[in-house]
Amino acid sequence: MVQRAIAGDLDAFETLTSRHEQRVYSLAKRMLRHEQDAEDVTQTTFLSALEHLNSFRGEASFSTWLLRIATHAALKIIRKRKGLDLVSLEEATEPSDNSDKVPHPEYIADWRQSPEELVEKHEIQQLLDEALDRLDEKHRLVFLLRDVEGLSIKETAESLGLTESNTKVRLLRARLQLREELTRTLGDPATQLARSPHRHD
Amino acid sequence: MKCQELLKMLNEYVDGTVDPAICEEFEKHMAGCNPCQVVVDNIRKTITLYKSGQPYELPVDFKQKLHAVLRQKWKESHM
Repeated sequence: MVQRAIAGDLDAFETLTSRHEQRVYSLAKRMLRHEQDAEDVTQTTFLSALEHLNSFRGEASFSTWLLRIATHAALKIIRKRKGLDLVSLEEATEPSDNSDKVPHPEYIADWRQSPEELVEKHEIQQLLDEALDRLDEKHRLVFLLRDVEGLSIKETAESLGLTESNTKVRLLRARLQLREELTRTLGDPATQLARSPHRHD
Repeated sequence: MKCQELLKMLNEYVDGTVDPAICEEFEKHMAGCNPCQVVVDNIRKTITLYKSGQPYELPVDFKQKLHAVLRQKWKESHM
């Protein structure tokens, strides 16, 4: 389909757009938490893809290529919001990210249901999105690309202009915070592990 | 291995990229530490849940506008 679009087939390009637009829009909306900005990013992404279709080399999948374009467009909006036109996301965040301190799990309990059972529940997506929204932006962006969209650490780092080590630190913090929040709602209090006498350090 | 050291290795462990020797130590620690077992299990479930999450639907008006803009741009660039 990509080759047909590159060869000049509009129908093929429209099919590709229909196939990927929801994913691009969702990523943008979760990154920016703003509907109009998400629409702008989606449109910019597909216009840019149309314009640069010939430069798609197939080294990454077409969806990864689109997600990287979308991330670039979303970062532009984030920087503009912060008035940081010339500053990279890495420079714009505090150096404490590289510290060795990892937030310690507080609420430790087995979940009452499996993820397979939970995804069937209507209200679960709202819970997931609310927990995501409470993450710091720098942690949310990494988690979205790595764990929601399935990019590699290297692709995530490159997309966000971060080092791989910084990406890993942010990912760990995002995962731990989301675990904490979800477990407080989805955990079974009857299985909650007391922190004492086990000091867990 | 202590709990805090295990936490630092969590990414590599759940992503399956941890060095085999460290993996063995990790599992040895978990076998004797129920809180760490539960935290690792919670993390795996958290990731699974987000991976299987639902994408947002495009607003219908926007979807139509997007395709119209792309068709127009395509015609301009393929003239």
